[in-house]
Amino acid sequence: MPSYVNPDKCDGCKAQDKTACQYICPNDLMVLDKQTMKAYNQDVTMCWECYNCVKICPNQAVEIRSYADFVPLGASATPMRSTDSIIWTIKFRNGTIKRFKFPIRTTPEGKAVPDGGFETKGDLNAQELFTEPASVGMADIFHLN
Amino acid sequence: MADFETVVVETDVLILGGGMAACGAAVEAAYWARQNGLKVTLVDKAAVDRSGAVAMGLSAINQYVGLKDGANTVKDYVDYVRNDLMGVTREDLVANIARHVDSSVHLFEKWGLPIWKDEQGNYVHEGRWQLMINGESYKVVIAEAAKNALLDAGVGQIFERVFIVGPIMDGERCAGAVGFSVRENKFYVFKSKATLVAMGGAVHVFKPRSSGEGMGRAWYPPWNSGSSAYFTLKAGAEMTCQEVRFIPVRFKDAYGPVGAWFLLFKSRATNAEGGNYMIERKDELEKWGPYGRVKPVPANLRNYLGMLDTMEGKGPIHMRTEEAIGKIADTHKDDPKAYKKKMKELESEAWEDFLDMTISQALLWAATNLQPEDRSSEIAAAEPYFIGSHSGASGAWISGPEDLQTDGTRKEYFWGYAHMSTVPGLFCAGDASGASSHKFSSGSHAEGRIAAKAAVKYVVEHNTQPKLEAAAIEALKQEILAPLDTFEQFKHTTTDPEVNPNYIKPRMFMFRLQKIMDEYAGGISAQFTTNEALLKRALELLAFLKEDSAKLAAANLHELMRCWENVHRMWQAEAHVRTVLFREETRWPGYYFRADRPKVDEEKWHVFANCRFDPATNGWEMMTRPILHIFPKETAKVAA
Repeated sequence: MPSYVNPDKCDGCKAQDKTACQYICPNDLMVLDKQTMKAYNQDVTMCWECYNCVKICPNQAVEIRSYADFVPLGASATPMRSTDSIIWTIKFRNGTIKRFKFPIRTTPEGKAVPDGGFETKGDLNAQELFTEPASVGMADIFHLN
Repeated sequence: MADFETVVVETDVLILGGGMAACGAAVEAAYWARQNGLKVTLVDKAAVDRSGAVAMGLSAINQYVGLKDGANTVKDYVDYVRNDLMGVTREDLVANIARHVDSSVHLFEKWGLPIWKDEQGNYVHEGRWQLMINGESYKVVIAEAAKNALLDAGVGQIFERVFIVGPIMDGERCAGAVGFSVRENKFYVFKSKATLVAMGGAVHVFKPRSSGEGMGRAWYPPWNSGSSAYFTLKAGAEMTCQEVRFIPVRFKDAYGPVGAWFLLFKSRATNAEGGNYMIERKDELEKWGPYGRVKPVPANLRNYLGMLDTMEGKGPIHMRTEEAIGKIADTHKDDPKAYKKKMKELESEAWEDFLDMTISQALLWAATNLQPEDRSSEIAAAEPYFIGSHSGASGAWISGPEDLQTDGTRKEYFWGYAHMSTVPGLFCAGDASGASSHKFSSGSHAEGRIAAKAAVKYVVEHNTQPKLEAAAIEALKQEILAPLDTFEQFKHTTTDPEVNPNYIKPRMFMFRLQKIMDEYAGGISAQFTTNEALLKRALELLAFLKEDSAKLAAANLHELMRCWENVHRMWQAEAHVRTVLFREETRWPGYYFRADRPKVDEEKWHVFANCRFDPATNGWEMMTRPILHIFPKETAKVAA
């Protein structure tokens, strides 16, 4: 069922106006059952397994059980995403465990400065875009001779 | 009619979509809008942090020209793209993206995207045009810059979870868009002086290989549902390359990327007998005109050679990961310590390639106890997709930039504003614009910027409020909300809400579309093969489907979105079938094969096949447009 929710861990993102998984799912799949106050995936056949619900859940309540129509049971991939890196724990069907750590960004969260420090030269009628030509790294952008 | 509040939002520039092209557009529009006292509004059907095709992340940036290092020229990129698309490409558009794409990549790095560097501090290339990245948060970083640009400058606003259905028009001019919230009962009318469409390509138009839970594991994301194509078609824009669908060959079933394996690790693909179709079937390339002789071999011809193996029963085709890793590690075989270190590094790189962008493939490896250094993995051709990037090309026919024209091209390719469609005030970028393939994530961002600057210029020069008729808006509202009304009206007439003679639910509607396309328009079951009779039958069946779209029913807002997504897919399907029928040849055999016209016909069909839906008459026009070159003669026609 691609993403699924562990009812023991999900608290329905208490006190929030919507659950984190509902906020982030690119395909509008995660919803909150108002009776049980637990989230669930409302259409598992439209899940891309993008893991955004898994990564964002404050309680690690969301996991992925691979597509049962072509993947043998028993494996898992569990992310632990921080502000600058992600650690993956991969569990094989035969019990083998692998762990990988990768960087995810080089700047503090929220601090992407739109112009990147590059000066803009042209005006609205020029072909140079915002931050160009500096951001191309050349004195001028390409023109036909 | 369902009780929905109508919310009217007035803006100068309207950006539709939230993916790479839309985020590029936001950054660019914010700067020029602030200088000119204009307002910008961005509307995304999801959350901008994780929307669009890069929502999961990516493991590579596939377009970087490297102009500052003199590595390549703009013309080199144009040659590469034109050859890969069997000669069918707008050089002015590809050149325009290529001259700006490095700028976007350099901005990504400043914003915080980790790009691999070698010991000298240079970017690590996966291939000639591709850079390796740690791309788990690629979209988060790009979205952050877009949001900071729009919101900090005080020029913009962002609407998330608002699904755009279609355009609103003021005569010939695009006057904005209408849609609805998928969270609350609100109908939105966005009135704008310029509108930029960047709502992605189309997935699930054809039946996918997996039809259970795995249906969602499309190569391109399932939320890309043809909204760009529908929007531009319904506005009356001329469309191009609607016959060009893209079929990626990827790791079988989970669709993990193959680029790193083929390009970075130099892996081979072999069949059940150990044969390499790229070598054994080399002679086949001679049948495809000058395009079979270019290097690299065009993606569709590489596909085709592999498909011939599969059709002859020589499958499965395997990516020889164990051989490739072994060869690289062997360069350190005399030093056990260095060997171990290299193997560890290669293992990490191989897994990151999947974990950054196709986590399902890592799960499939783990679930089958597969370690790539020990065993090879199957690859296969996926179902067809509609995208304006990669080796796809479908999208709106747009104006090129003024300065990248020759005396010969200006009349055909330039009409006032860069990347504006044939509809005044309607701009397109990313998967929404056609005939400018291989823009990928970075080029789509650059194209969004190009189109946004031109859109601001358009508004400055046409700064008048569009006129809208209240009655027309009300009629649109009624039409868009109709599936909710239909469900309410008839839901009690059967005991099962899914089965009711008075309506059709969006899911079955999608399956019906997919079956038509799969069996008649050259999907997987038809071995990507079709002919005139099959295509004509597809049009008959699509006409019934279009009639039944008036009977779509939705139980809630989520289903209402699904209804309209599938209507969007249906329009993309019709444009495709009509154009495959119109182009009487086979030009991209690894994408589709016209069995009744099995050869490339350079004499007659070295042209763009375009189409236009006329909203006034509800009819379709088909037309050809010339392929013209902006670079000197040596590269003209086709580079041998």
